[in-house]
Amino acid sequence: MSTATAPVSSSDSKKTLRNAVIRFAGNSQDGIQSIGGFLARLAGRTAQEVMTYMTIPSTISGGPSIFQVHLGSGEVLTAGDEADVLVAFYQHSYDSHFSALRQGGICLYDSGEVKEIKHEKGVFHIGIPFTAATVEAIGGSAKDRGKNMFVLGLIVAVFNLDKEKLVGIISRQFGKKDESVLRNAMLAFDAGYAYQIGDIEKFALAPGEADSGHRISTDGNQMLSLGLLAAGVRYGAAYPITPWSSIMETLRSELPKYGGIFVQAEDELAAVSMAIGEAFAGHLAMTGSSGPGLSLKMEALGYASMAELPLIVVNVQRGGPSTGLPTSVEQSDLMQAIYGSHGDTPRFVLAPKDVEDCFYIALEAGRIARKYSCPVIILSDQALSSRIEAFEEPDLDKHWVEPTLDQTPRDADWKPYPLDKTTQHAPPGTKMAGGKYPHISGLEHDEWGHPSGNAKMHQQMTNKRRQKLLDAAAEFPAPEVHGDASGDALIIAWGSAWGPAKEACDRLRSEGHKVSAANIRHLHPMPDKLEGVFANFKHIICVEMNDYGAYGYGQLAMLLRARYADPKIKSVCKTDGLAFRVRELVTGVEKYLAAGQA
Amino acid sequence: MSTAVATPEAPAAAEAPVVEKLTKKALTADHPTWCPACGDFAVLAMFYRVLEKLNIPQEKIVVVAGIGCSSRFPYFMNTHSLHFIHGRAVPLATGISLSRPDVHVFVFGGDGDGFSIGGNHLNHGARKNIKLTYIIMDNFVYGLTKNQTSPTTPIGRKSKTDPTGAIDRPINPMKQLLASGATFIARTHAAQVKHMEEIFTRAINHDGFSVVECLSECVMFYPGAFDDSTPRKGGVWETIDETQHDVTDDVAAFKLADNLAPGKFGVYYQVNRPTKNALEQKWIDDTQAKLGGMSQKDILKKRFEAMR
Repeated sequence: MSTATAPVSSSDSKKTLRNAVIRFAGNSQDGIQSIGGFLARLAGRTAQEVMTYMTIPSTISGGPSIFQVHLGSGEVLTAGDEADVLVAFYQHSYDSHFSALRQGGICLYDSGEVKEIKHEKGVFHIGIPFTAATVEAIGGSAKDRGKNMFVLGLIVAVFNLDKEKLVGIISRQFGKKDESVLRNAMLAFDAGYAYQIGDIEKFALAPGEADSGHRISTDGNQMLSLGLLAAGVRYGAAYPITPWSSIMETLRSELPKYGGIFVQAEDELAAVSMAIGEAFAGHLAMTGSSGPGLSLKMEALGYASMAELPLIVVNVQRGGPSTGLPTSVEQSDLMQAIYGSHGDTPRFVLAPKDVEDCFYIALEAGRIARKYSCPVIILSDQALSSRIEAFEEPDLDKHWVEPTLDQTPRDADWKPYPLDKTTQHAPPGTKMAGGKYPHISGLEHDEWGHPSGNAKMHQQMTNKRRQKLLDAAAEFPAPEVHGDASGDALIIAWGSAWGPAKEACDRLRSEGHKVSAANIRHLHPMPDKLEGVFANFKHIICVEMNDYGAYGYGQLAMLLRARYADPKIKSVCKTDGLAFRVRELVTGVEKYLAAGQA
Repeated sequence: MSTAVATPEAPAAAEAPVVEKLTKKALTADHPTWCPACGDFAVLAMFYRVLEKLNIPQEKIVVVAGIGCSSRFPYFMNTHSLHFIHGRAVPLATGISLSRPDVHVFVFGGDGDGFSIGGNHLNHGARKNIKLTYIIMDNFVYGLTKNQTSPTTPIGRKSKTDPTGAIDRPINPMKQLLASGATFIARTHAAQVKHMEEIFTRAINHDGFSVVECLSECVMFYPGAFDDSTPRKGGVWETIDETQHDVTDDVAAFKLADNLAPGKFGVYYQVNRPTKNALEQKWIDDTQAKLGGMSQKDILKKRFEAMR
């Protein structure tokens, strides 16, 4: 958590901070996302760590919205439980988010909008006429457009951030637009920067500790899209749905550069079917969606398992069930991802642990899909999709995968579904030396793909398809353990729950608990080596953003209990549509530790 | 042409040197599982003959289908083939066609697969003008599931799901297709071999979404369904006279489709409109032209550089 202290004097000396959590609260049309975006970008360029968090109204016309940015000179694992600074644009923003401020925090508010101030928690209030000052700075008919830039200027001054670098980022961002746009933005920014705040201490963030080398800052959906390109995906199809859509928008605009095509399909069923067509055609293809869309794709995904076609499926999870909470975070699609289709349908399920990992998980999905000729589902989530983090730029010379289309003629003894080997299909265009062409089938089939109702054949083919999971489970590495390799409790997290889980682990360790943490990226099948990791801990506490269900365990915990039949596996779950707060996890884990000692 | 490694060389069988003659023997796979005397046998035999005549390289022929009796078609073709799920053959074929401009994509299916469960896909495949040929073998009944009402079953016809006779208005396939935006729309009959040959050939040669409704009798569950267009059963066989019907006139085609019991057979509509395949390729070419031959890896490297 932040180590910032309340300003107590009007001293000119700068206080050095290791962390700062700033929450901007306004309406979605105020451009508060872009303030946060600029700050995140700046952090990336000054070797600082950053994580952002935002809420967006799911209505088109906008509405209350926040953007929270957590800047740190060391590792930043969460967007912050509490804010050090609240920037309130309206009375409703102030009223809704005052509680998010920590004891003794700072509140900057638009004195033209916020009229009623709470005198609680020792909060230091500074009223500034954001709107009036912006209008004055820009002049003319500016109205209140640009007050986000004014506020950005204020923040840069208060935290003594690298103004020069930031101006460079702003210029590049607005440089593509009309000249007057950049001029007005800079007028507002400079007015904010020069504004005499008065009785407040200025802070400076400690220099960043991140490794040297090129660092980039972006969100999870962007990294996943670029990871897919690096993995060799050139074809795909999808239907728009929140929060998945920005991936398909990126791929649709980027793929022509790479000679590929991304199709906007008429519906989810068509989208997955088109991607299966592209896979059958010999490409590494992909489709993606969010919860409701994944449900719709299930029949065709079962086909891809049966026909043994390689396919990457991205599911950016959101709050469910049904239409649920489209702009909130949840991890409740795990069971559907693994078991969602009728029949026994082996497929792979992976989850990225942070924004950077969205890139590498796409590469891993591509590798598995090719190697095992099988669908691979990537479970991202709403939090990862939109939050910005800064990290080292991927080394493309090391990770780039060149797309291939293997049309070398197949020998006479080649078969599409050999019982003793993993299927590797021959795409259209491939000549068959024996003169016999393969059938790709969703009916149970023999080695040539001919329909077969033979009882023995169905058992053998089921075994053959299952074998991929067994081979992969043996191949997958054991998850890395953060902390000691043995102890009282091992916290298990997947997806975006990893950040707060790791921070909670650190906090528990600093309080003297023998606690470690591990992230599971390979969710199905799970690595065989996991058992050895678990053996060294008294409690395995699985934290996930889904419901306890009928039996009192979250979805991953249910699977772990089924896999290891071990009562030491416990759950900490929640479904309030928000990312875990570190203190929620600390409390949840402490409860089990206390019960264990009793 | 694209520089993507995964993108195969440009289309057209005509440009490829003919090395061997495609034969019916080479094209034949499993013996069809259809009932004896099913209309679909004639469609299969005619498809073999037309492919032989066009002499498309065997490895470049792709046959796909959804679910239904007629959708068993891929198993009877010794070509690259795929038997998919119910109703989704058109989007599947769309994926193949767009990502592999060098192959010929054929879709086979029935009235349930095409007009009922897959109805939405037919509309969108047609409006996007995907380059493929789709033969809908229409028997006015669900045969594989043993006699339920289909979207083309005439009003009053009894089935297991309409024991007192069908009450829902059947769709008019020609009007439906005209509204969808398909660029080649024709109607033929499995019992009229020469006509089928002409229509299939024209459909395959069309550059765009070509769709043919081929009446094909289900002798098991709806015998006599097409007697009214079968002269030896006392029906009237009437073809479209293209000197009188302008196939590029959609309003005339719509009027021509007013009464399909039994109606006329032939090409209702045919126009040239750019395919999605061509439009996407143009976008690729225009985009890549601006990149000045930069390697794909460098394109992505540049993208990352801009995010620093």
